[in-house]
Amino acid sequence: MNRWLRLSRASAIAGLVAATTFLSGQAFAQDKSIVIASTTSTQDSGLFGYLLPIVKQKLGIEVKVLAQGTGQALDTARRGDADVVFVHAKSAEEKFLAEGFGVKRYPVMYNDFILIGPKDDPAGIKGKDILTALQTIKAKAAPFISRGDRSGTNIAELALWKEAGVDIANDKGPWYKEIGQGMGAALNMASASNAYVLSDRGTWLAFQNRGDLLIVVEGDKRLFNQYGVMLVNPAKYPSVKKDLGQQFIDFLISPEGQKIIAGYKINGQQLFYPNANDPNA
Amino acid sequence: MNDFAHALDTAASLIVHFDAELREIVSLSLGVSLTASLCAFVIGAPLGTALAVYRFRGKGALIVIANALLGLPPVVVGLAVYLLLSRSGPLGSFGILFTPAAMVIAQGILGTPIVIALVHRMMVDAWSAYGDALLVDGASRLRAIMPIMLIGREGLLTAFLAAFGRAIAEVGAIIIVGGNIRGYTRTMTTAIALETSKGELSFALALGLILIILSMTVSGLSLFFGRALTGR
Repeated sequence: MNRWLRLSRASAIAGLVAATTFLSGQAFAQDKSIVIASTTSTQDSGLFGYLLPIVKQKLGIEVKVLAQGTGQALDTARRGDADVVFVHAKSAEEKFLAEGFGVKRYPVMYNDFILIGPKDDPAGIKGKDILTALQTIKAKAAPFISRGDRSGTNIAELALWKEAGVDIANDKGPWYKEIGQGMGAALNMASASNAYVLSDRGTWLAFQNRGDLLIVVEGDKRLFNQYGVMLVNPAKYPSVKKDLGQQFIDFLISPEGQKIIAGYKINGQQLFYPNANDPNA
Repeated sequence: MNDFAHALDTAASLIVHFDAELREIVSLSLGVSLTASLCAFVIGAPLGTALAVYRFRGKGALIVIANALLGLPPVVVGLAVYLLLSRSGPLGSFGILFTPAAMVIAQGILGTPIVIALVHRMMVDAWSAYGDALLVDGASRLRAIMPIMLIGREGLLTAFLAAFGRAIAEVGAIIIVGGNIRGYTRTMTTAIALETSKGELSFALALGLILIILSMTVSGLSLFFGRALTGR
């Protein structure tokens, strides 16, 4: 009994010491780091995996990425839980600024949305413009996957339905599925159920489980997809690391950072086009 | 079937190469889950034993609550911990949201009722067999807690492993409070969720196989050492 008591006491103490070391090691290891709330597309497309090691090397800043939808990322920042937001829904970003949660919005880069669909194209919309395509999908009740998560892509999709004259909130049927998940999950689901889905091009290019899916509509100027970056307002949340955050932003919009973004390619295809100098972006 | 064969293949080569990123993910998974289940154990085991040893009003209700909390949904715990630790929440000034510490807290909360309920059930038996003898020996109920835990020690290991099993397999809570940050709060389960969302299905499944091996290793080692320690 005594032997066991000693052993158990010793192992309990050893365990607690190990646990404390583990936690404190984790807590203090990161001094020069920022948290950025961003979208699934910047992560799933592989951009961050390529860009952030360069940032770490040039600026010495460890960037911790929360890959959420645009809506959720902005909410995370509204609660003060991120230093920087990097998202793609200009209307939502301007609202965020107007509420006083952000300091200033900087355009960074763009790419485009594309309509993905099954190879046999049951709605017969390949090569049409996006509005006709959506109207046809609705008329033929062809299966369509919606992100349904207030992400940038979801916001863009809803705006496109509206522009196409479809009141999707009232007109949707069983053919229209809101899955409330990220871009990759939506593509997985479209692939498994041969449905149409709106995607950003970056995630699509990096996506591995395409099955019978391919691009059916692209190149429409309504499918423009602009990314912007903002520092969370330190006046609202003193915990915001404003110097490091601003350094990161300055790097993204610097000629050097812009060149690095332009240099990110998958299979020779460029994913994002820098446009920090475009005042209207 | 091809997917599974491919996953097995990938898992084997992942284990053979075991690169720095995978090592980080594995050690974070183990670190967080072991710490959390240890905390759950340190809090839950004495409480579960006390529930078996003491008699008081409302005890029945507490036992029902502890057992009901076995079904605590991780995503709800995650959300609650998130709101508590957020900068806008009551504990925001600690700044531990999106850190491994936050993940330990969430998983500790999930594990504690498991330990309490299991330890209570085992200690009820031990107490009915040895309780009277311990009290006759002149021990107070408080002083009887440690000896009775020693008598039922094999059951304690099971309770710890149950809490650990819950923690290592859990994704709903830690993805909310940890944020799945690469190289910082990415664990096996959140990495599997991420790879699935990227359409890397067989890679995700390969990670899943490694997770199962990992979890079996921990259980095996604990049982082995537990047996050595108890001498049975």
